[in-house]
Amino acid sequence: MAKRIENTGEPVQFTFDGQTVTAQSGDTVAAALTAAGIDILRSSVVSGAPRGVFCMMGTCFECLVEVDGVPNRQACQVPVTEGLTVCSQQGAPEVLEASA
Amino acid sequence: MTQHSPMEPTKVDVAVIGAGPAGMAAAVTASKAGLSVALLDEGQSLGGQIYRNIENGTPFRDGILGRDYVAGRTLAQSLRASDVTYLPRTTVWNISTDNMLDLSRDGSSSQLIADKIIVATGAVERPSPMPGWTLAGVTTVGALQILLKASGVVQEDAVLVGSGPLMWLVAAQMISAGTPPKAIVETTPKGRMAQAMPHILQALKGHRYLTKGLSMIRQVRGAGIPIYNAATNVRINGGEVAESVTFISKGKEHTIHSNHIALHQGVVPNQQVTRLLRCDHKWDASQHCFRPVLDGQGKTSVPDVYVAGDGAGIGGAKSAALMGRLVALAIAQEKGKALPERVDRLEAALASDGAVRPFLEAMYAPAPQFVKPAKETIVCRCEEVTAGAIQEAVDLGAPGPNQVKSFLRSGMGPCQGRVCGLVVASIIAERRKASMDETGYYRIRPPLKPIPLSELANFQPLEVAQK
Amino acid sequence: MTQTADLIVIGGGIHGSSTALFAALRGMSVIVIEKDTVARHASGVNAGGVRRLGRHLAEVPLSQHSMEIWYGLQDMLGADCGFQIAPQIKVAENEEELDRHRARVQTLNRMGFYHETILDQPQVRHYLPAVADHVVGGLASLRDGFAQPFWTTTAIARKATQAGVVFKEGERVLSLKRETDWTVTTDQDIYQAPKVLNAAGAWAGALAGSLGEYAPVEAIAPMMIVTARLPKFCDAVVGATGRPLSFKQMPNGTVVIGGGRRGRADTATNTSEMLFPELRNTAATAMDIFPIMRGATIVRSWSGVEGRMPDDIPVIGPSALHDGLYHSFGFSAHGFQMGPGTGETMAGLIETGATQFDLSAFAIDRFAPPNT
Repeated sequence: MAKRIENTGEPVQFTFDGQTVTAQSGDTVAAALTAAGIDILRSSVVSGAPRGVFCMMGTCFECLVEVDGVPNRQACQVPVTEGLTVCSQQGAPEVLEASA
Repeated sequence: MTQHSPMEPTKVDVAVIGAGPAGMAAAVTASKAGLSVALLDEGQSLGGQIYRNIENGTPFRDGILGRDYVAGRTLAQSLRASDVTYLPRTTVWNISTDNMLDLSRDGSSSQLIADKIIVATGAVERPSPMPGWTLAGVTTVGALQILLKASGVVQEDAVLVGSGPLMWLVAAQMISAGTPPKAIVETTPKGRMAQAMPHILQALKGHRYLTKGLSMIRQVRGAGIPIYNAATNVRINGGEVAESVTFISKGKEHTIHSNHIALHQGVVPNQQVTRLLRCDHKWDASQHCFRPVLDGQGKTSVPDVYVAGDGAGIGGAKSAALMGRLVALAIAQEKGKALPERVDRLEAALASDGAVRPFLEAMYAPAPQFVKPAKETIVCRCEEVTAGAIQEAVDLGAPGPNQVKSFLRSGMGPCQGRVCGLVVASIIAERRKASMDETGYYRIRPPLKPIPLSELANFQPLEVAQK
Repeated sequence: MTQTADLIVIGGGIHGSSTALFAALRGMSVIVIEKDTVARHASGVNAGGVRRLGRHLAEVPLSQHSMEIWYGLQDMLGADCGFQIAPQIKVAENEEELDRHRARVQTLNRMGFYHETILDQPQVRHYLPAVADHVVGGLASLRDGFAQPFWTTTAIARKATQAGVVFKEGERVLSLKRETDWTVTTDQDIYQAPKVLNAAGAWAGALAGSLGEYAPVEAIAPMMIVTARLPKFCDAVVGATGRPLSFKQMPNGTVVIGGGRRGRADTATNTSEMLFPELRNTAATAMDIFPIMRGATIVRSWSGVEGRMPDDIPVIGPSALHDGLYHSFGFSAHGFQMGPGTGETMAGLIETGATQFDLSAFAIDRFAPPNT
């Protein structure tokens, strides 16, 4: 389990797939979700397998989420702000079917 | 300093990309020499990854992260005191051959033209392809450290799997934070100490690093954490998320249960910008990575483009800052400016700081499992391309990474090959019995980071760009 | 050591490779010399449209012939080229544009071609449910398609290899001389053959020029951008009428957007470069015609070096000056679909000296050198 060893910022609330998450100012969306024990952020566009944060530094693009309606944002690069609406990105099932 | 005023510059003498130690040092020195400088960085604040969140340290966190981390604060302060225009949250997504940088900032794109460009984009973690490494809950060791530095968050059940100084450092920091890792699975193959010993005399010139490293390893070993040595056949098990890691150590198979597995096989230069600019690169057999070909002053094969810091080859934070200053001085000299400090002293300091490297490189070269992963292992995480599929594409006639990419889409996903590039190249080289230099690397295409189509439609180019 | 063959092809793009394949199938021995790798430039990195729609009238017969080959190409090659039959549609954004399409269909019908048809507003919506409301109709060729250019060109080259063609990749032609036979000197070897095909794309003009034939080939770099995967919303390949656009959703959900905007091409270094400011209008056009694209993200872009002629149609046929020399280049960013048909035609012309097609519109001597 994730544990926050020190509180330095102000509490900030945002939602992830409708669930309210309390973070601290200064967190990125990825850090806030990790601290809240949420490890699955999206499913793979190829196989649909669940994926989560990997590198935390903007390299791997595993933590892509939809932020306030904009898809493909890197959760590890977006700072949390009060009231942010974050949604997981679910593969592309219609697309997989269409390619058969 | 000019705190990103509403009127951002459109033309500067020097654009520095990346606000880690190399970028901050280069920017400050260039500015002291009288050059106009823009420091462009994707992060929220100064420091890059090594000095992440350096300006917001607390005594408690400083104590955990240690003296070498805290040392970065001086550099950040000198940057704040300088005339450098610092642009945080700014992504450089393309650079064209006329030195025009395409930037994205707060959802809109614009351009900046620079006489000289210093690439200070640092290092990325070497990939650790293994079965199960795409499961949720599997991260890099670097990711754990960033969580700690930036948010004061630790994973209590973390199992560290891999090799190299950063893994031991993070283990020591987790212990200091009161949440030691659940176990350490060390993948450094047997016999590495013997291979590293020929470099020990030189390494003793950098004894401070050796002493620090040894005391760090002693601290971790003394903390009562299970440590498994020379682990092989590592795989991660799980359904939706990681559940355990299985490996062989001392002839015996072990399984450790945890939902948080962190991988590390050292760090390598981040090549995206220098590859985009088509700088010449060469394989470094000691560091097991490609690095840009540079003259003695950090200048690449492409006019006006320089590299400082780990992007030039791994040297660590202190060397990165020294190199940043040297590169800035080289540019100042070329521009006919009086130099604010002496080159020879910096060069001597750089040589001394790097003395320990050959020892570390021999000791912690990546284990074979991660360079030549088994057939069924996913190598390209974005497009889920396996090592076996890459071998088959080679057998069909693909001579290099770009043809493999065209066949299989490996390296075509959103990460643009950042994670898989080195492994794909080494699989191809192995299969074709070719050298890494013959095999080469992905051609990197803009945008360096994805941008919304709507942002492109509203792109505000500089008028000079309109020919 | 000098190597000999019946035919030497210079250029390992789709035109060189397919001519080599069809020539080998006719029993000729063929060597292809390629300075980089097969499909390295325009043949491997184009948008992949297999399009008869909207072609220059002179190209229509050859394009029709090529389409017949395309329908059976994957079976013939025994390889997946990513080819799918799909409608190609040029949307009309106003009545005036639709009238222009109507006139074109009448012209084609008079020539005896019936593959292009007018779509009214309900029909265009039927094929393109996601199209914007203001689109009034379109011009369609319903059994055109698209393919993976790199897969296709390399599959043709692999089949040619199986048929006995020898590919020399990474060899640059230094000189071409005619004695009894042609002697081709590369940076690595010497080759001789009675016949030579210049299929060198953007580099073909210089080659022709070295033999005294004027061919004003301009090196261009058409730009393409590709988005992250989107839910399936479009099965057709779409173009606009009044503004440049080529638009296609791939089977994997990514959308490839191109359409005539050009980057920088450099034939000296074999490279091209993107110029994003030029793509602002392309991005806006894509969002205008498909509103769903407002949420799309660009993940990648590319451009490839292509040869363009001043009149935007290729040079195809025998040399006007030299026996045994043939040209097939300058396809001006729309040669991919014509690859198989032109290759088959050129192979016949080279072997027998004759072809059923009237190639006069493509003659190399249609361009007057600047000093005459």
